Amino acid sequence: MIKDQEYLKSKASYCLDLAKKLGATDASVTVGNSISETVSFRNKVLDESNRSDSLAISIETYIDKKKSSISSSNLLTDNLKTLIEKCFETTKITPEDEFNSLPDKELLAKNIKDLNLYDQSHLENDKKIDYLKELEETASIDNKIVNTESGFTENKSNFILANSDGFCNGYKSSSFTASCVTVAKNENSMERDYEFTSKCHLSDISNPLELGKVAAEQTIKKLSPKKIGSDKISIIFDKRISKGFLSSFAGAISASSIARGTSFLKDKVNQQIFSNSVNITDKPDLIKGMGSKCFDSEGVKTETLNLVKSGILNDYLVDTYNGKKLNLKSNGRSGGSTNLYFENGKISYRDLLKSHSKILYVTETIGHGTNLVTGDYSVGATGFLVEDGEFKYPVNEITIAGNFNEMFKKITLANDLEFKYSVNSPTMMIDGMTVAGK
Amino acid sequence: MSNFFEKSDLTRKDVDEIVSETLKNCDDGEIYFENSKSESILLDDNKIKSSNYNSDLGFGFRAISNDVVAYSHSNEISKDALKNSAENLKSTLKSIKGTYNHEIPKTNNKFYDDINPIEQKTLDAKLEVLNKVNNYLRKKDSTVKQVTASFSGEQKSIEIIRSGGEALTDVRPLIRFNVSVMLEKNGRKETGVYGIGGRQSYDDYLKNDNWKNVCEEALRIASVNLDSKPAPAGEMKVVLGPGWPAILIHEAIGHGLEGDFNRKKTSAFHDLMGQKVASEGVTIVDDGTIDKRRGSLTIDDEGTPTERTVLIENGILKNFMQDRLNARLMNTRSTGSGRRENYKHIVLPRMRNTMMLSGNQTQDEMIKSVDKGIFAVSFGGGQVDITSGKFVFNCTEAYEINNGKIGSPIKGATLIGDGPSILKEVSMVGNDMMMDPGIGTCGKAGQGVPVGVAQPSILIDKMTVGGTKL
Repeated sequence: MIKDQEYLKSKASYCLDLAKKLGATDASVTVGNSISETVSFRNKVLDESNRSDSLAISIETYIDKKKSSISSSNLLTDNLKTLIEKCFETTKITPEDEFNSLPDKELLAKNIKDLNLYDQSHLENDKKIDYLKELEETASIDNKIVNTESGFTENKSNFILANSDGFCNGYKSSSFTASCVTVAKNENSMERDYEFTSKCHLSDISNPLELGKVAAEQTIKKLSPKKIGSDKISIIFDKRISKGFLSSFAGAISASSIARGTSFLKDKVNQQIFSNSVNITDKPDLIKGMGSKCFDSEGVKTETLNLVKSGILNDYLVDTYNGKKLNLKSNGRSGGSTNLYFENGKISYRDLLKSHSKILYVTETIGHGTNLVTGDYSVGATGFLVEDGEFKYPVNEITIAGNFNEMFKKITLANDLEFKYSVNSPTMMIDGMTVAGK
Repeated sequence: MSNFFEKSDLTRKDVDEIVSETLKNCDDGEIYFENSKSESILLDDNKIKSSNYNSDLGFGFRAISNDVVAYSHSNEISKDALKNSAENLKSTLKSIKGTYNHEIPKTNNKFYDDINPIEQKTLDAKLEVLNKVNNYLRKKDSTVKQVTASFSGEQKSIEIIRSGGEALTDVRPLIRFNVSVMLEKNGRKETGVYGIGGRQSYDDYLKNDNWKNVCEEALRIASVNLDSKPAPAGEMKVVLGPGWPAILIHEAIGHGLEGDFNRKKTSAFHDLMGQKVASEGVTIVDDGTIDKRRGSLTIDDEGTPTERTVLIENGILKNFMQDRLNARLMNTRSTGSGRRENYKHIVLPRMRNTMMLSGNQTQDEMIKSVDKGIFAVSFGGGQVDITSGKFVFNCTEAYEINNGKIGSPIKGATLIGDGPSILKEVSMVGNDMMMDPGIGTCGKAGQGVPVGVAQPSILIDKMTVGGTKL
């Protein structure tokens, strides 16, 4: 069973009390427990079961403007005592930093909304096995599918965040995730693709038949790819790729990158950085949202941020420390964005496909080719060539490249937004990027 | 050495009994105890930004029948926690039987000392080095706008207990020292990063003010990039420098030769054993036995002593890298390649120090032979799609080659290639093999493990460079 709030609270208050007793002027503690159970299948038979029970505690102690931290998975009292003593001793000799502090008291979250993030349902491993059997049966109907792997994970977590200013809150959350990876083979190539579903509530996850079917279809479509020639071309990014641009954007507007001066979006607030049809929202209180948070990792209340309105950057993602450096108040984004999304564009998916006579449709990128200091972007890609709105043939072993400063201004979004992950985007088109191929 | 049972109601005899009882009908399995202590100290933006200490303790209990793995882990080292895990394993493997439980070979070799690097240098001394780095770089060059420097150190003690009471232990030190610098000139910003490390104490790497060399290298890379111009796009010849660029070998070839992907036939190499997969003159080994290197291990995470595994010899595919599970199912032996990030993860066959051995040509000859191409000296991360064989990596320092001469530096570009065919495009192998500086971490199935790479300069006849200039 997952540890209850009372147990976590007792550990947190033990640590805060001891830190104070030793002479810490402030302290904050996070204690969490998470239990997850995974069953994996391969080629329609059981492959692996994995049960994980993890405890974690992290403690920060302050002596005025000096700060140090420790973390551990061992919650036995005498271990905690040793660690807090060590942390306090380290704090003493760590140099002062004028920006170190707990969050402003008036910004701490007071009313904790119930966002329905916890489903107590428990799916026995036998039932997980039934789900995966159905999934893989459907995924392997076509004889071009030569390998199937799938998994079902149930996760339950609980945590408490407490600080010496009296904040003490936490809540349970859960997730149910099923995934399917299929490999297809023909005389020309072997290809892999996937599909997955992840929700807070068991009843909301996709049907196994649907999941297996989609994974298999997507994989078979990729067989016998061609390499295309180097060219300037319009690129459509499938939803599962377009959301990645939002993650890069979130990294570039984090107060830490801005304060350090290592972001291509530094000093860009109130400036046009996207095409004027683009709006970006970060909404923390989405019911059952995969990224929903009642407060951030420092206990600061979270409110909806309209980060980009008509292409203009309104806000950074601000935590306490970097906020103080930048002379900004924390907006509850220590630990990053919550449910971040591009709002829908005006054009339909179909019309987007037909918008140019020749389009590269990207379904997967590989590599870490994103440079947030310069905005330079260069990654390997696989996808399809689309001509006059029709998918013609699969494409691979190419790279796509550009610079975010220019790419962001050439974004067109379709109107097919769905809330599947914590970061979501409609299908996206960017005009005039460079493809390197033959 | 850690005593894992000191503060618990568990005795060594209890563990032996529970393990033997749980695994009696299984083909394999073990209980793995781990106690790790780690620290990270970071200087950033002129300040000591964080000093963190972590202590982690836990066990992972694994039972295997045929090809089914049941795993359960917990941070609570107690009789109850162990019995719960045992019940969980039995419930997965209820109708399955096995008898293999192959013996583990023994070793007297050790590739690093039982030290705790964290305790071998005081916090004050570490802070002093970080401050020196910051002052040195900012004083040295007025275009320096940001300096980040860090120490990370770890001591990991493990004990593996197998059915029948056999126990294997290891104590593994690991450190890394890293410097990153950002320059700004005429409104343009570029970064340079360099690091060093391995399985020794901090001071073994910082002798004779060696931190200065690390600073100089980071600064040099950033300066080169300040003058870089857009990279070309398209297929061309590529000369790779020695050392760290061997992550190409790691991504393009290494992952595809890991036992699990080949047993499952999802690797593009699974049916190529004994066949020619590289040009003549190309020999690649994966070696866990190099003294004090980042990717070296005395025993792997299943207790098997590591070895030097020849993967490709003179162009011919000779061996895959194996853990016990995949070796048994493929009728071969473990190569001591079974690794896990920590007790929370199952064992997978992984690389250790992956190296392409020297040939007899010079880097000069390679550059001179190229009319139009690029010379890649250093890389950031790489990635591979095991199934299609396509891999990428990102240049962090590269130059144009025009008519046999090195030209201007070019902006970070992604190189993409095809794993099974790339080594057939290698037309020259240099005589200058070099190890990387000890900074690599390899990710697979969500688990990161420290690895090393090495290679001489090589010439690849055809690769796609993902620049923006057509």
